[in-house]
Amino acid sequence: MIGFNLFRRRGSAPVARERLQILLSHERSARGDSDLLGVLREEMLAVLRKHVPVEQDYVVMRMDRGATLSTLEIEILIPHGMMHAAPPLN
Amino acid sequence: MAKVLVVTSGKGGVGKTTTTASLGAALAQAGQKVAVIDFDVGLRNLDLVLGAERRVVFDLINVVQGVARLPQALIRDKRLETLWLLPASQTRDKDALTETGVANVVKEMRGKFDWIICDSPAGIERGATLAMRYADAAIIVTNPEVSSVRDSDRIIGLLDSKTERAEKGERMEKHILITRYDPSRAQRGEMLTVDDVLEILSTPLLGIIPESEEVLRASNVGSPVTLNNPASAPARAYLDAASRLRGEEISMTVHSERKRLFGKLFRRAA
Repeated sequence: MIGFNLFRRRGSAPVARERLQILLSHERSARGDSDLLGVLREEMLAVLRKHVPVEQDYVVMRMDRGATLSTLEIEILIPHGMMHAAPPLN
Repeated sequence: MAKVLVVTSGKGGVGKTTTTASLGAALAQAGQKVAVIDFDVGLRNLDLVLGAERRVVFDLINVVQGVARLPQALIRDKRLETLWLLPASQTRDKDALTETGVANVVKEMRGKFDWIICDSPAGIERGATLAMRYADAAIIVTNPEVSSVRDSDRIIGLLDSKTERAEKGERMEKHILITRYDPSRAQRGEMLTVDDVLEILSTPLLGIIPESEEVLRASNVGSPVTLNNPASAPARAYLDAASRLRGEEISMTVHSERKRLFGKLFRRAA
């Protein structure tokens, strides 16, 4: 528990920021706006779907833009046992 | 030729009307000829915030329908002689606002003013799309709060697709105006920071209006905050934003109430 608290960022604003980034990347791609995160996410999903059945929510992307360095964090959830499932035919 | 601005947000209650009144007044205080137009048919309030509610005779719809001529409907501000208001109609006939009708009114006004500021209604329906339709630039009023930021993102999408400029393939100039900002809460991690909002919306900043009692105080008496208390933090923030609109380079600061702080110190010392 102590470790958890240590790593938790202060305040609720970082939560707001992250929720917005995720939501807006969904909404922008649904609207068809040019949006790097949205495009990457959709393409990533398409590649994954060739091999494992993944849902829309299973790919989470976060971009942190800094002055000199930006990081792109990609989180892919794969349900238990799905790695061994037969790939869908297409 | 006037520059046409739309003050928009998607979400209601974030400060569009306050911003229209304050920026309009601030530009007029700098000697610019300004017209503010209320597009909120059925829920007009710009007249009230500007203290002109008892002087409304004709409105935007009357002009659109040819019932009144533009000079008959424009109300000149009693304090600033270069500030004019074109009020919205309080009758609920929203459909009376047609695209061509609005286009003609804006076209006629372009030659007569330096700035035309269109106060958009909340939402993304007809009234909001008509308010932005003929704008050259947009001011997106955003509170540092999740629902407001999300709606601003939606509005940015509309500005880039539904405006005349966007349809002609021209660039739509967009600015974010953050209102009700509390720098101490943002610093404590309790409120989205200015940088958070700008990064999420990827749109340049026009100004930061701090949360302040002065805004309500000004609307209570029907006077734009830049006139009612020009030394107050929100007034200075709006005056800065107006200067930026005119192309001046002014460093971005979050203004705070100097007087109140002095008052507090004084009271403590006494």
